[in-house]
Amino acid sequence: MPSESFKKSNEVYNKKASAAKSREDAREFTTISGDPLDICYTPQNSPDLNGGGYDDKLGFPGEYPYTRGIHPNLYRGKLWTMRQFAGFGTAKDTNERYHFLLEHGQTGLSVAFDFPTLMGYDSDHARSRGEVGRCGVAISSLADMETLFSGIPLDKVSVSMTINGPAAIVWSFFIAAAEKQGVHPSKLRGTIQNDILKEFQAQHAWLVPIDHALRIVIDTMEFGAKEVQQWNTISISGYHIREAGSTAAQELAFTLANGFEYIERGIARGMNVDEFAPRLSFFWDVHLDFFEEIAKFRAARRIWAKTLKEKYGAKDPRSLLVRTHAQTAGVSLTAQQPENNIVRVAYQALAAVLGGTQSLHTNSMDETLALPTEKSVKIALRTQQVLAYETEVAHVVDPLGGSYFIEAMTDRLEAAANVYFKRIAERGGMVNATKEGWVQREIHRSSTAYQKAVEDGRKTIVGINRFVEEDEKIEIPVLKIDPKVDEISSDNLRKLRERRDAARVKKALDGVRAAAKNGENLMPRFVEAARSYATLGEIADVLRGEFGAPVEPAF
Amino acid sequence: MTSEKIRVLVAKPGLDGHDRGAKVVASALRDRGMEVIYTGLHQTPESIVEAAIQEDVDAVGLSILSGAHMTLFPKIAELLRSRGAENVVLTGGGIIPKEDVESLRTLGFARLFGPGSTTDEIAEYIESEVGRRRAAANH
Repeated sequence: MPSESFKKSNEVYNKKASAAKSREDAREFTTISGDPLDICYTPQNSPDLNGGGYDDKLGFPGEYPYTRGIHPNLYRGKLWTMRQFAGFGTAKDTNERYHFLLEHGQTGLSVAFDFPTLMGYDSDHARSRGEVGRCGVAISSLADMETLFSGIPLDKVSVSMTINGPAAIVWSFFIAAAEKQGVHPSKLRGTIQNDILKEFQAQHAWLVPIDHALRIVIDTMEFGAKEVQQWNTISISGYHIREAGSTAAQELAFTLANGFEYIERGIARGMNVDEFAPRLSFFWDVHLDFFEEIAKFRAARRIWAKTLKEKYGAKDPRSLLVRTHAQTAGVSLTAQQPENNIVRVAYQALAAVLGGTQSLHTNSMDETLALPTEKSVKIALRTQQVLAYETEVAHVVDPLGGSYFIEAMTDRLEAAANVYFKRIAERGGMVNATKEGWVQREIHRSSTAYQKAVEDGRKTIVGINRFVEEDEKIEIPVLKIDPKVDEISSDNLRKLRERRDAARVKKALDGVRAAAKNGENLMPRFVEAARSYATLGEIADVLRGEFGAPVEPAF
Repeated sequence: MTSEKIRVLVAKPGLDGHDRGAKVVASALRDRGMEVIYTGLHQTPESIVEAAIQEDVDAVGLSILSGAHMTLFPKIAELLRSRGAENVVLTGGGIIPKEDVESLRTLGFARLFGPGSTTDEIAEYIESEVGRRRAAANH
């Protein structure tokens, strides 16, 4: 504890510093989330760290409660995985981009699917018109998945797939594609996002109503624990919550609360928490508020570890770890003076690394205009390589640990998350709070507040409300998607439907329907449907037929 | 010229689920005193035009971030015309490359609002366009 004389001099300092004149162009000194900041942080902000508080709050890296990181030597043992999210056009187009990225030193793959795929529609569905291959790659069947990973050994390269509503189906395509390469499911490493709660809260790529969707998620957890043991069956994601407009504290609280919901449902299914918790991973946004973001990563590790151990009785240390993928904040990019985005991304990437991420995607400068070009993707990847190999920041674990400010910020975010956990419990838990639209309204309240702060000039965005270049001509090339993608994909599907064994497809789809009705684990049925070359839309239609469509709460 | 409240339909065509912008704009227009109807996500051109006609709106604001704007926007403009609602102010925003903004200008979208636009700009545009069209209709 700080001595009385220290407290006194600290008080004197605070008075003096508060009385000093602030520069005129700054309207307020707050975090990007709007929380006030002290002028300077001292031992008084986290007084117990020098006593027993160190063990309780921080521990050593690789030790409970993992505030300082999940590995003892972190990046000395293994650098973070440089994993650029990519996908556009047909499976063939994206396969070429993957080969390009791997040749340039990327170390893992991350699949972006187009909206029809994300919503469980085939490329030739009426709702898919104009959307095929636009925002990601179009995958309608096992055949597309085989093309997507042609020449890429699935026992060597880990693959992350951003898919949620139809995650279990698309994962089945992947498992079947690996089988075709002769790779057993137990050899596969990767992730499906499969975080359906945040879809209902923020991103809205869903398939069936929330309760049925959650049952399918638990099916994947159960199946993964038995059959695909190295796979991350859920990537519990704050990214979309943050991008939808939440504050850092809300991102932290809602994401962890979603995670606790999966834990409770897995236990309710009859599994031991240690059977499935080690395969849950996390995905965070890394925004512009440098210190707040670093503190967020640290607070997430501490809260998750303590809750899993104390509340859910996890015994396996791997159940306690927040293994993290991070992506720089898409919303922070500007369409104006787009080259400035390279700098924003670099700061954000540094925050993610100082926060101890295991994997990182850096956004490309042109993403407010369209999907990124090869050149801009390469700059984004090189940004990570410069960080990893030139700045020497990766040699020391949690280098900001013990900073009065970072520790105080970590404590503050933890406290804010605890307040939210209480409010969520009062609303009957996360599923109820989501069905009522409460979570969505909380996020919207924050996004509106931020927009107002920008429009009032309280928050600055360079090139938007300060340092604006009138009559700016944006002269960077933009990726063009071949307008024939719709046609090519539809054509591929038509041919597939002609050549596959229709009786086997029908039998497989009947199997999915039966499992949907009788409550057995759907995963083996999905895998069999994938093998039969049943399409995504056909399988999803069975689920839609049995379970109905999601309903959006009133805005 | 009437001082009747401006009625606006904020709509999300296509399959993308990004509703941050649409909701921020909807709230801001409401704060300016407009009557705002928000369609919710994943709407078809047909359902948007039907809502615009049913709600008798002065303006329709479309928000899209999926890249399908060149298919869906012209379709909505065409359906509105075919229902005799060419007087409705049609605008929108999202991730829309410059070239497409140019093409859409000739297809009924005189002005689109991309990233970095303020809610005031959007509100002022709708107010002035609706005002102009109401004045013309009363002559």
